[in-house]
Amino acid sequence: MILAFDTLLFLEKFILIVVVILAALGIALYTTFAERKVAGIIQDRRGPNRAGPFGLLQPLADGIKMIMKEEIIPLTSNKWLFILGPNLAMITAMMTSAVIPWGNKVELFGRVIDLQIADINIGVLYIFGVVSMGVYGIMIGGWASNNKFSLLAAIRGASQIISYELAMGLSLIALLMYTGSLSMKTIVEQQMSTGVWNFFVQPLGFLLFIVCAFAECNRTPFDLPEAENELNFGYHQEYSSMKLGFYLFAEYINMIISSAVMATLYFGGYDIPFVNEAALSASWGVNIVAVLGTLTLLAKIVFFLFVFMWVRWTIPRFRYDQLMDLGWKKMIPLALINMLITGAVILWLNK
Amino acid sequence: MSITEILFWFLTALALGSALMVVFSKNPVHSVLWLIAVFFAISGHYILLNAQFLAVVNLIVYAGAIMVLFLFVIMLMNLNAETEPRKNRWLMYAGWLSGFLLMLVIVAALKEAETRDQLALMKGGDIGLIKHLGRVLFSEYVLPFEISSVLFLSAMVGAVVIGKKD
Repeated sequence: MILAFDTLLFLEKFILIVVVILAALGIALYTTFAERKVAGIIQDRRGPNRAGPFGLLQPLADGIKMIMKEEIIPLTSNKWLFILGPNLAMITAMMTSAVIPWGNKVELFGRVIDLQIADINIGVLYIFGVVSMGVYGIMIGGWASNNKFSLLAAIRGASQIISYELAMGLSLIALLMYTGSLSMKTIVEQQMSTGVWNFFVQPLGFLLFIVCAFAECNRTPFDLPEAENELNFGYHQEYSSMKLGFYLFAEYINMIISSAVMATLYFGGYDIPFVNEAALSASWGVNIVAVLGTLTLLAKIVFFLFVFMWVRWTIPRFRYDQLMDLGWKKMIPLALINMLITGAVILWLNK
Repeated sequence: MSITEILFWFLTALALGSALMVVFSKNPVHSVLWLIAVFFAISGHYILLNAQFLAVVNLIVYAGAIMVLFLFVIMLMNLNAETEPRKNRWLMYAGWLSGFLLMLVIVAALKEAETRDQLALMKGGDIGLIKHLGRVLFSEYVLPFEISSVLFLSAMVGAVVIGKKD
């Protein structure tokens, strides 16, 4: 039995996957720290500052605490599904990273390596598919806990995510009408060649998308599945130790990935603003420009992460009927109007 | 065996095994989750046939939306083994009979189809790619496509009307 495949390609992709996942975990670790620091600054206090210089070792201390806690599986819960829930949340959070182009090509050891795990021609749809799977982590975990509050939170979360997925899809359709491609790489390259980021073409679409991204990540003001004053602790009430850690961590990874998606679709991805990459790489070499591009993408991601935190500590939580009202009666009609206008303008310009 | 063949057999085993688990699971929530696994396996088959769009849409629509609603309803109904009412024995016989008849119909329909001689196009053929599919849908099949979208719209209006009724 001969398995014919490109060993080097396999190795290259494997290393890329490991690097992306480790980087996502590392950034997520420090996003929890940044969140508490930003909260501290916004609320005019210091934030964590005891562990290490500037409190930099705080996430490490939190992580060790998480792992050391006792692992409790409630007797009346459904054991397999109870364990499956946080795993699913984590896996779906990670899977989206496969289609995001993290940078331009680099040349190493005589090979041209794409800094993207898979350039599939349905990249945007893939993201959409994985996002729609994300709801299972919450639903299964909440149901398997065998706790009324968890079940209520799971049902809230599921209906919220389904409702906002629609508006998200509609706002993306308007973008796709303009780009004419579903491949993330092509979308970035288009923005690089024209020099105009899609945000300036689709401002309303971006606004709708970012609101939906907040809802999909269960971030305030849309964090109703874990509304502690109504539901104790939400869908992860029965969870302890690292299983709880997975749920909390998945939220941060979701934030990072959705920031990366926003940066890629609307803000040029790894495009360095006001710089002609092709000319620069001729003089500086391909690798340096690729690294600079990746750093630019990271800077954009960090900016969006800051926006996530900023909003969290500024805007209070919606009431549930307000949430549904916003989703169905405001976001979806706006997205449809945006789609109609985009279509009309494209038709008019083509004539 | 090439990688494609290994994947094919793996996905086939996964699809059939999960489908059997859907039927044999005692817990309805488990059944729904196994059904989601079936959809994943079938999407894998679509990808082997180079029909990427169909694969992803299958996941988005069936696994991501419809099965969520199934799960929703089953979770809210709180079906436990203890609360299951005793069913009429004749109902069970009728179930067996109708299942057997359905199998008979499927066997009869597939016997003449001669699918064994037709090899599916693996990894070749690009009709399943979104570019070609979109062109065909909006030129050759534009009328059926639009009619089915009107059907969806009327179903949506119907659902809203039923939901409004007190």
